[in-house]
Amino acid sequence: MDLISNLSLGFATAASPENLFFCLIGVILGTLIGVLPGIGATATIAMLLPITFQLEPVSSLIMLAGIYYGAQYGGSTTAILINMPGESSSAVTAIDGYQMARKGKAGTALAVAALGSFFAGTVATLLVALFAPPLTTIALKFGAAEYFSLMVLGLVSAIALAHGSILKALAMVVLGLILGLVGTDIYTGAPRFTFGITEYADGLSFVALAVGVFGIAEILRNLEGEQDRTVLGTKLGGLFPSRQDLKRMVAPMLRGTAIGSVLGILPGGGAVLASFASYTVEKRISDHPEEFGQGAIAGVAGPESANNAGAQTSFIPLLTLGIPANPVMALMVGAMIIQGIVPGPNVASEQPELFWGIIASMWIGNLMLVILNLPLIGLWVKLLKVPYHVLFPIIMAFCSIGVYSVNSNVYDLYAVAFFGLMGYALLKLRCEPAPLLLGFVLGPMLEENLRRAMILGRGDPTVFVTRPISLTLLLLTVAVLVVMLLPAIRKKRDEVFVEAD
Amino acid sequence: MKNITIDWTDALAGILFILFGLLFGVQSLGLEIGTAFRMGPGYFPLVLSGILILLGLAIIASAIHDRGSEAIGTLAWRGAFFILPAPIFFGLTVRGLGFVPAIFLTTLIAALASFKMRPHSALLLAAAVTVFATLVFSYGLGLPFRRFGPWLPF
Repeated sequence: MDLISNLSLGFATAASPENLFFCLIGVILGTLIGVLPGIGATATIAMLLPITFQLEPVSSLIMLAGIYYGAQYGGSTTAILINMPGESSSAVTAIDGYQMARKGKAGTALAVAALGSFFAGTVATLLVALFAPPLTTIALKFGAAEYFSLMVLGLVSAIALAHGSILKALAMVVLGLILGLVGTDIYTGAPRFTFGITEYADGLSFVALAVGVFGIAEILRNLEGEQDRTVLGTKLGGLFPSRQDLKRMVAPMLRGTAIGSVLGILPGGGAVLASFASYTVEKRISDHPEEFGQGAIAGVAGPESANNAGAQTSFIPLLTLGIPANPVMALMVGAMIIQGIVPGPNVASEQPELFWGIIASMWIGNLMLVILNLPLIGLWVKLLKVPYHVLFPIIMAFCSIGVYSVNSNVYDLYAVAFFGLMGYALLKLRCEPAPLLLGFVLGPMLEENLRRAMILGRGDPTVFVTRPISLTLLLLTVAVLVVMLLPAIRKKRDEVFVEAD
Repeated sequence: MKNITIDWTDALAGILFILFGLLFGVQSLGLEIGTAFRMGPGYFPLVLSGILILLGLAIIASAIHDRGSEAIGTLAWRGAFFILPAPIFFGLTVRGLGFVPAIFLTTLIAALASFKMRPHSALLLAAAVTVFATLVFSYGLGLPFRRFGPWLPF
């Protein structure tokens, strides 16, 4: 069977001592930085991206993927221990996880989160392996018009999941698209928006944008009110869940995995939506809804499984279509392009080792997380006690080195400062940075496919509606927009995000 | 009659988007626009700038409502004053001074952004970061940095 031979190729690649080592490093670094407050997975990957450029493409992507789910796991740890979710997807975990910690069951909560994540990761890895190949065959039929429509759908869905005003999120996407166009025009070679600086002829550095908007803007926000964090000094309690606890986590875990797997495929940060959806479902069908918010195990097991499953299946659009589903995937696209790989349906056929190696490494990485983190929790707790004013100068130093080492271009460092300022200003004006980054990555691709489609269609814009796949995608886009603007849904959406804050 | 207030956070965001739209729109006009059939380098950015300006106007319009507004809150002036120049300083000096002094001073500048940082602990932190970064990036990963640059006499 194809699946088995493909998976065994993947495991053979991922289990080479070298790749195992980089996977381990990725997972540890990810958890480490995920645990540190104020930096989420996106900023972590942006910062560590340059370190991986020296590696082989497979190793570097495996390490980045490791950082991704490591950081997510670390985010849950802080959510439970100090009620401070490192990532928006673990915001829900904080609700019941922190309550469990206050009741002296921090160890159980952490173990439940780890086991739930591992189970969900296993299932989702299988799903990726099952569904990615057939999707790539469909994707190979895509022409320029289909790609254009698909990206429009992706960008619009990304807005659906951004916090706050839809108008602002739309504006952020458009601004991102424009910033993505800075540099030399691919058709005519004309420099665009470079302000006469030849160092920007290759475009603005993606790493600089990500570090500035996610990393530096976040640091500035944290410096506004330098308050102290309180780490729960109480004992972790028993690590391993009792038989009764295990029983109570199985069903939420299964449901969370299912919800997460489906929602993760959707463009636009599926993991966040997945954890919210799972929490809502668990609360609704529970026999003891009053326990939620007071330390219900289901409130930790469900969302944690859902966000991990979603994190995993969000690789599907990336690996098959080359289209990022969330900011982290956008970073992966950046990493692939820098490594000389064009993300898209051809990756599976041209570089099966890379494709299946990444998939297999997800499972291995998840296993490492369970094995590593349960015994290491004590160490992470200690790390939480490092004061912020010691942390951020270190972060700044590594950001500077990281951004510079990508191209040895000092102008990238000036861009970091500019994007940091811009990101902070936009943050203060309550504009979410995630749509900006997605727009930035998709900008050049969107333009190229638009222009190509128009040339192929001889200047006739109906080309987008006469091709069936393209038409379907555009109709879906309209449907998403309409649904988002419906008053009832808007209200519900606001409620969901209010709960998160 | 309800009080009509302006949410300045939203209004400012709208203005910012319009400014960005104008900045890029005006520059797009200087590029070849082309036709819908064969788009020039200016076509797509011009369309996007137009959309951005329209969105900015819509955001300003929606900022005028009767729901009251939310304050922007405190700004991290000191943070911005020291954090933002740190990477710029690194960029200006990494070739001239070399990696080791550049990273030491960059960390030191960044450390000043916090009210809580004492001078001697800032120095200590910067020294520790410098040693660690030099070992990892220069010796360990072998990144092609000059450890001490031509500006230094030795």
